[in-house]
Amino acid sequence: MNHSPVPAVEVLSANKTYSNGTQALLPVDLRIDEGEFVTLLGPSGCGKSTLLKMVAGLLDPTDGRLLLWRKPVQQLAEVGKKMSFVFQSPTLMPWATVEKNVRLPLDLAGIDAQMANEKVREVLALVGLSKFAKSLPRALSGGMQMRVSIARGLVTDPDLLLMDEPFGALDEITRHRLDAELLELWQKKKLTVIFVTHSIHEAVYLSNRVVMMAARPGRIVEEFQIPEPYPRHTDFMVSTGFSQHAKQLQDSLMRASAGQEEHFS
Amino acid sequence: MNALQANSMAQPWSQNPKIQKIIYPIAVGIILIAIWQGLVTGLNLPPYLVPSPLLMMKTLLTDWAMLGLALWVTVKITLFAFAVATILGVLISFVFVQSKRIESALFPYAVLLQVTPIVAIAPLIIIWVKDPTLSMIICASLVALFPIISNTTLGLRSVEPDLQSYFALNRASRWQVLWRLRIPSALPYFFGGLRISSGLSLIGAVVAEFVAGTGGTGAGLAYQILQAGFQLNIPRMFAALLLISLTGVFLFLFMSWLSRKALGGWHSSEITGE
Repeated sequence: MNHSPVPAVEVLSANKTYSNGTQALLPVDLRIDEGEFVTLLGPSGCGKSTLLKMVAGLLDPTDGRLLLWRKPVQQLAEVGKKMSFVFQSPTLMPWATVEKNVRLPLDLAGIDAQMANEKVREVLALVGLSKFAKSLPRALSGGMQMRVSIARGLVTDPDLLLMDEPFGALDEITRHRLDAELLELWQKKKLTVIFVTHSIHEAVYLSNRVVMMAARPGRIVEEFQIPEPYPRHTDFMVSTGFSQHAKQLQDSLMRASAGQEEHFS
Repeated sequence: MNALQANSMAQPWSQNPKIQKIIYPIAVGIILIAIWQGLVTGLNLPPYLVPSPLLMMKTLLTDWAMLGLALWVTVKITLFAFAVATILGVLISFVFVQSKRIESALFPYAVLLQVTPIVAIAPLIIIWVKDPTLSMIICASLVALFPIISNTTLGLRSVEPDLQSYFALNRASRWQVLWRLRIPSALPYFFGGLRISSGLSLIGAVVAEFVAGTGGTGAGLAYQILQAGFQLNIPRMFAALLLISLTGVFLFLFMSWLSRKALGGWHSSEITGE
């Protein structure tokens, strides 16, 4: 890229303190450029989900500001940008078919049925679930349900995709496959992705940049670039470069946890 | 012959859980009726104490003109009351879920309505409302109302939090959330309420008839039981009782069937284990 990067997400000393006094997140500054794949990595309780939900506008920061394309999240539509959120669980409507679940955001936005159906067909093909359009979610495996959830996230053609540990509940093999599929989609659709995980391997495999967070109180401790070329194949996961990045993150995670113990004493 | 044998060996009909579910209760019923018949004949019990099942069935046939008419009256009151309770119950739940404040202000009165025995207020209603049929419908509706209110309210509130967040993220309107999320989420609870209320409206109808004690053309099964009791016509009493029970069973089965049709396949309560 030779043009100057556009900031997709700017977090300006946003913090979150709950009414009972719990500090979920100390003031955080973070800038994510258009087209980046950034992972928030850290132990549970480090506020990574809190930060993601604040970016989405699901949670309001106690103090500080969050901007998407230099606008508050409520004004995202004014700059012609769209955001999608993929939850940890598939969060599908159990009474509706795969097709109808994927079409939900289009229906909510009041998009013409014919156009919506076409779009749904397209994304279902993209995630390889065309054959299951008429199935109910319970007829699908966990991995397939998650793919439906991702299809629903993509059907609106988002510019920003926020993913909160989307593959956390899946088995290792399914998770690898979905990680690879996600990278492909990211490249094809030129998305900006913020991905929350507690898996070091997933973070290294996916991201341009990893933001390491620590718990009690939740905060950002370090940032790492993963300057490896895409597309990343499975060979990448057994390469020396991969191990070195993983080791670096592991050490950082240990340091973050050590700091946490100090906090306790 | 061989193939047939192999087939029946692989799937003996007596092992089929669906058939077992029908066969077992029927077997128990037959045994109980046989014991009943045996005791009545064996101990030579007079029919004005305990009639035999055979006599009961005979009475049901000979008195069918009267009992059938009474059954129709009771069923009519039950169904009307059930319909009124359903519509009213759903409307009240919709009001309740609009705000926690409305619910906390009004819910105690719904409970009050539920815990006050209907026999205690039925005379009042019968005095206030001139038309006896209407007053009985009101009594029965009051009995059947509460489960629908409480179940539907609970259902409308039992929305998966992440799914609710998803709707919020997509800036869904209040109406969209209600129609696309709350109502479908509430359906299993609503049908649970319906199943309970269908039985309650029958009980309410019978109790109201007892209290009203209306004879003549508007006489229902409860009145027939009262009359038969006065006349020591115990077989007819039993026959009327049988009709009430069968009506209740039929209502329950019908509501279960309806619930299965409506939720078929997606809700765990309606998915048959294999």
